[in-house]
Amino acid sequence: MNIIVLIKQVVATTNVKLNPETGTMIRDGVESILNPFDEYAIEEALRIKDKLGGKVTVVTMGPAQAKEVIRKAIGMGVDEGILVTDRALAGSDTWATAYTLSQVLKKIGDYQLIITGKQAVDGDTAQVGPEMAACLDLPMIAWVRKIEEITESTIRAQRLMDDGYDVLESPLPALISVVKEINVPRLESLKGKMRAKKHEPATWGVADLPDFDLIQVGLKGSPTRVMKTFTPQRQYNSEIIGGEPPQAAASLYQKIKAMNIVNK
Amino acid sequence: MSTNDWQDVWIYAEQRDGSLSSVSHELLGAGRKLADDLGQKLVAVLLGHQMRAAADELVAFGADKVFYLDSPAFGKFADEPYAQALTDLAREHKPSIILGGATAIGRSFIPRVAANLRTGMTADCTALEIHSEKKVLLGTRPAYGGNIMATIICEEKRPQMATVRHKVMKALERDTGRQGEVVERSLPESELTLRAKVVDVVKEIEETCNIAEADIIVTGGRGVGSKEKFQLVRDLAAAIGGAVGASRAVVDAGWVPYSHQVGQTGKTVCPKMYFALGVSGAIQHLAGMQSSDVIIAVNSNPDAEIFKVATYGIVGDISEVVPELIKQFRNGG
Repeated sequence: MNIIVLIKQVVATTNVKLNPETGTMIRDGVESILNPFDEYAIEEALRIKDKLGGKVTVVTMGPAQAKEVIRKAIGMGVDEGILVTDRALAGSDTWATAYTLSQVLKKIGDYQLIITGKQAVDGDTAQVGPEMAACLDLPMIAWVRKIEEITESTIRAQRLMDDGYDVLESPLPALISVVKEINVPRLESLKGKMRAKKHEPATWGVADLPDFDLIQVGLKGSPTRVMKTFTPQRQYNSEIIGGEPPQAAASLYQKIKAMNIVNK
Repeated sequence: MSTNDWQDVWIYAEQRDGSLSSVSHELLGAGRKLADDLGQKLVAVLLGHQMRAAADELVAFGADKVFYLDSPAFGKFADEPYAQALTDLAREHKPSIILGGATAIGRSFIPRVAANLRTGMTADCTALEIHSEKKVLLGTRPAYGGNIMATIICEEKRPQMATVRHKVMKALERDTGRQGEVVERSLPESELTLRAKVVDVVKEIEETCNIAEADIIVTGGRGVGSKEKFQLVRDLAAAIGGAVGASRAVVDAGWVPYSHQVGQTGKTVCPKMYFALGVSGAIQHLAGMQSSDVIIAVNSNPDAEIFKVATYGIVGDISEVVPELIKQFRNGG
């Protein structure tokens, strides 16, 4: 079984701030990490490989420094990494990213399963997975919380819904996105770290991708554009209710009742 | 082809097990305003099986027109037939805007439709408006766990697509006097691609009320003390008519299933009232609930971050304060 895991390098904290004058993000001194949800995707791929054999390849798109997240994946036990990097890709939105990665997958060709984390914690869009499934015409199972059974040609998995879960069966190849509940990711092993140090991932630019349509990518090719960014302004007028528990509870109850939200 | 050839505001009317989801009503409320601003029609698209009556409900909640597509393949949610039907319908009728709910269903298949149509899409919007001069959709959404807001525009490609966060938009009052056209079509299963198939549906939520839909959520955190004491959270939720939420720590400890988890790695919620009991207020938790209308916090630590976002707070021990609150709600004061 050849498994492709799509990973992304993101800033290490979501507690990011905007420069109030320029409206751009302050990146100075902010460390970059592997998107936390991608660790579950990598772990699941490694578990499937343990069961069925085969190869796990991670693919990331980003600047040259995104190599670091490939090294982390190699440290966890992944076989190979591919870095997709090109100036022409800068400023790509979810469609442009999905298109590019789909062309990468077409070039790889021989795969049975694509795994992504449920979303990247920077943009929080969760769109690239389903958009890729469309580009590659693959069946998709989103929000997978458990793989019940997998063979070389089929998968049965639980999809987390808002009110419980659905069990789906699909032929392979397919694309799945996984949620945190699916596993506990392993740490990088010492052996893995040694390997990662030496590992030089394949680096592909747009010229390496057959039939690549440059009009689809980058800032120009992206259908969407960020018009403005701003820091949310929230006004909280917090009131602490004092007194012993019975009095405090009674006083809170009266305030809640007055808001007419609760019918009791 | 000019963008002017694409007219009308569409909403995808979500259903689960043959019942309309509350997000469908909210989308009609939001879509009505956009359609009026543009001077265009509001159209709802319903994909289901044997749920014709729901189409009339969509009119009562504000739709000028409803496309109701019936197929056995729409009985249970599957990405491929849903995306195929919505894609084909959009190609045929060329809407200017398509909105869906930012739910497990909407966020799974609507981006697939956007990619089929080679157009742009904005995820999880919390505000929508029409640009007064350009007459295009502006979708505003949180990123970086809610620490940054971004306004996204899709100027040249059509349709302009977005998913909209649950519980943020307001539904219109139901009015059965509203007039609307219902266009019904049935699609044979053989015309639809269905590879990833649902073979079983399991309801896992402890109470009947799911947290994404709930108006009131009572969430317990590590400060509740133990798995046994978490019953206090459930009891307050029952007394008040709310759904049970949980912080990440509580889910990791195995006190409550993951489907109840609120926060960045769980669900983002926006109820009318949110109780945070023994929740310290880590930034990842706040990201999932800080847009709730009213926040009530109970925590023994007066410096807990949760008090900074709370409307009302009580500093005290959960096992002393919560039983008193339960008593108040059970007895009606």
